[in-house]
Amino acid sequence: MADNSIKKISIVPFGPQHPVLPEPIHLDLVLQDEKVIDALPSIGFVHRGLEKLVEKRDFQEFVLIAERTCGICSFGHGLGYVEAIESIMDLQVPERAKFLRTMWAELARMHNHLMWLGLLGDAFGFESLFMETWRLRERVLDQLELTTGGRVIFSVNKVGGLRRDVTPGMLESIRKAVESLEKDCRIVTDTFLGDHDVLSRMKGVGKLSPERAVELGCCGPFLRASGVRRDLRTTGYEAYGKLKFEPVISLDGDCYARCEVRIKELYQSMDLVKQCIEKMPDGEVFVPFKGNPDGECMVRIEQPRGEALYYVKANGTKFLTRYRNRTPTYSNIPGLIETIIGAELADVAMMILTIDPCISCTER
Amino acid sequence: MSSKEIMQVKDIPLDRLLDEVTRIHYEDYRLMQICATKVAENRYEILYTFGKGYEWKHVRVTVSHEEKVPSITSIFEIAYLYENEIHDLFGIQIEMMNYDFKGKLFRTGVQFPFA
Repeated sequence: MADNSIKKISIVPFGPQHPVLPEPIHLDLVLQDEKVIDALPSIGFVHRGLEKLVEKRDFQEFVLIAERTCGICSFGHGLGYVEAIESIMDLQVPERAKFLRTMWAELARMHNHLMWLGLLGDAFGFESLFMETWRLRERVLDQLELTTGGRVIFSVNKVGGLRRDVTPGMLESIRKAVESLEKDCRIVTDTFLGDHDVLSRMKGVGKLSPERAVELGCCGPFLRASGVRRDLRTTGYEAYGKLKFEPVISLDGDCYARCEVRIKELYQSMDLVKQCIEKMPDGEVFVPFKGNPDGECMVRIEQPRGEALYYVKANGTKFLTRYRNRTPTYSNIPGLIETIIGAELADVAMMILTIDPCISCTER
Repeated sequence: MSSKEIMQVKDIPLDRLLDEVTRIHYEDYRLMQICATKVAENRYEILYTFGKGYEWKHVRVTVSHEEKVPSITSIFEIAYLYENEIHDLFGIQIEMMNYDFKGKLFRTGVQFPFA
């Protein structure tokens, strides 16, 4: 039978300040009653133009600015930048530096995924989950502080290797912390994934097919939750080629699948950290070099939120011509819009959080 | 691996851009990013990156402020974010975008700060 009821069309502004979003993103949601029929994104509220600074800062100093793009993915941004410069200058970074970089990248992934799980719990009223996951995350940050000296910005990467090495005692401390964390995380994540309310809010909500996910340029756990087996770590950059792991995927493509993928990745990261510690080679962590970079290069790494691209164009002086960072959230925005269309207004906030948006990276 | 092995760029004239991008689309590549670089006064390189699995390819055009760059949103619908960004930061004119934010995607204090 035809639906002859009168439907009310309205436009509801969502953000840039919203209780569940700590960072500014704005969406104009076109609603038919309570259902979203279109969404228009609007970003750029806090664009900082960090990339422009590359013209005024020494390329070796700029790694500190590249890291400050974001407080959560800071390690990855520094890593992507130095990898691009090292490729242009054809520097062979020592094996120990590669393993340490991999270990820190995985610790950063762990604290990102725990932080995201807490924010998601908070977004739909599961406040005890928020407190538990952030309490567990503190233990990862403690290990990062012990080994790098920083909890948010680590500043350990530099062109040619690392600024500091770690002692065997520090590695042992990380191993013990990861083992105890694994046991405690199981209690929290098993509760979350089996909770009736979580299942009823997330199962079948915000579905995205694998074909559309690829077409819309999605990346990271958002893409893998739609069943696409693409994880840049499998290309073997840094020490990933020497570690055993398989990309985590899920076939459902809904909000629950995205949570499942990130939670499994959390345990995968713990395993990778342990593998790095086991296989950690001895030796130097820095290779000396002379001169300035000349040429261009684009590298990509798997950040906690997905594929990040780093493009560097150098001109033979100590100031670069261009540094460009294509962040995962920027690439995930079209996919997010697609999942929101057809959803209920009440689910929009939660759906935005399931892509783990980072506006700080987007507004670099 | 050196940068030459990682990154091979195909430089093409502006009038061949849409043909080249269409061909790449038919080869099942996805759009990964578009980025502009100021190389000289009023000379800008626009680098298009496409990916298929773990493979990627780059196409580059060089333009000035007077030239109008055709939008590739009719071929890759998601290009609007990158094209609006290039317009807002560099002031490069892009024609026929599917979503034209008219210079309002990034709320910059200075007009075209990267130009």
